[in-house]
Amino acid sequence: MTPVLEIRDLAFAYPDGHQALFGVDLHVHQGERVALLGPNGAGKTTLVLHLNGILSGETGHGDGSVAVSGLPVTKKNLLEIRRRVGVVFQDPDDQLFMGSVRADVAFGPANLGLKGAALEKRVLDALDRVGMADFADRPPHHLSFGQRRRVAVATVLAMEPEILVLDEPSSNLDPASRRELADILRDLDVTLLMVTHDLPYALELCPRAVVLSDGRVVADGRTYDALTDEALMRAHRLELPWGFDPRTIAVDSLPR
Amino acid sequence: MGAGHGHRLHFHGHSVVHRAPAHLKILLLLGFVLTVVATPREWYPVFGGYLALLLGVVLLARVPLTYLLPRMVVEVPFLLFAALMPFVAEGPRVALPLGGWEVSVSESGLMAAWGLAVKGTLGVLASLTLAATTEPTDVLRGLQRLRLPDLLVQIMGFMIRYLDVVTSDLGRMLTAMRSRGVDPRSPRHWPALARTLGALFVRSYERGERVHLAMLSRGYDGRLPGDAR
Repeated sequence: MTPVLEIRDLAFAYPDGHQALFGVDLHVHQGERVALLGPNGAGKTTLVLHLNGILSGETGHGDGSVAVSGLPVTKKNLLEIRRRVGVVFQDPDDQLFMGSVRADVAFGPANLGLKGAALEKRVLDALDRVGMADFADRPPHHLSFGQRRRVAVATVLAMEPEILVLDEPSSNLDPASRRELADILRDLDVTLLMVTHDLPYALELCPRAVVLSDGRVVADGRTYDALTDEALMRAHRLELPWGFDPRTIAVDSLPR
Repeated sequence: MGAGHGHRLHFHGHSVVHRAPAHLKILLLLGFVLTVVATPREWYPVFGGYLALLLGVVLLARVPLTYLLPRMVVEVPFLLFAALMPFVAEGPRVALPLGGWEVSVSESGLMAAWGLAVKGTLGVLASLTLAATTEPTDVLRGLQRLRLPDLLVQIMGFMIRYLDVVTSDLGRMLTAMRSRGVDPRSPRHWPALARTLGALFVRSYERGERVHLAMLSRGYDGRLPGDAR
């Protein structure tokens, strides 16, 4: 079966010469939920920006290839790639730029050519999936931070992506909003790649984890195994929050 | 960063003026302002008529004057300039009784001040009335229907969207300055304030780049899709 995401030997250096990725290989299959872990500066964001062609060998010095459901990420395919890969950025104020929640969620699908009733339905469905349908006519800057993060997820869901990529989904959320977002993400029937420093969140939502360090994949396996591998954790500046021990969590409450 | 608080200029209502199409209101405002500006300033009674017309519209919109008047402070710098004119302008002078004193002022300066003050006030009041009765997004839609270049409408839309974000950025930076013992109001600390504004510009510029990335990620190709507005 063709993987949803196929990254082969991806290397990238920024125009200023800083090399961020050194040959990354990663396959994600349909329906998988993968956490992308790694310390600051490991190249996680650089990798994410490659997934929808914001960065590529054409903008810097790069090598290797990225393909989404078999379609290579190249200039020619950009629009289709950006439909297939939905990226939710870290700061919802960067993602929500239109005057109302409805217009913002409609932005993506309208760019894909959807119109009228079909567009309206797509927008309300997406808002419904994140529990924000009642806020369709509010301006985004009048929502709370947690609500804005959820609308940001809806803007991407409205494009019906094949893979949802989240950059630090739990950052700056209060514990209740963090849990609400987890409930929403768990119920979504979509392939998920989640970049995060929040290791308990990764364990809660993603059965599989990939650890990126200094532009290389240094571990790829069960999230539980990565978080309990003390040598690996120490070597790559990963730390669990104080008092949190994955071993004390009941095995059947882990995601599968 | 809570929810709530509407736009500072908009006064929620359902009057005839609120419901009128935005592009019509914009055209009427433009027509009104141009007429006021073109009226010779010696036609004193006519300005009374303009004011009565404007107050009629405000009354019809059921926007209380106490809501509009405090928002007219934007005009103060112009009024100060107008108040200076009779004293600095050249030409024949007239004596003006001012609380028991006779002040000698320039006649042409006095006329110019009157013209500036009355035309400015009428223009500001009319614009505030439009702002109070029309949501910013409707103003944009109206401008679009009037065939204003799309790029300009987009830029204004982003300005409305990000005004609050940038203001709260600035608010946080000023709080941080105060917390470290710098008073942004004191001229002694203006250099620090200037650097803060520079930093705010850089931050906003970088945010602009991130927003652009987010737009590209959702298939933006240079035009805002018509249906998304």
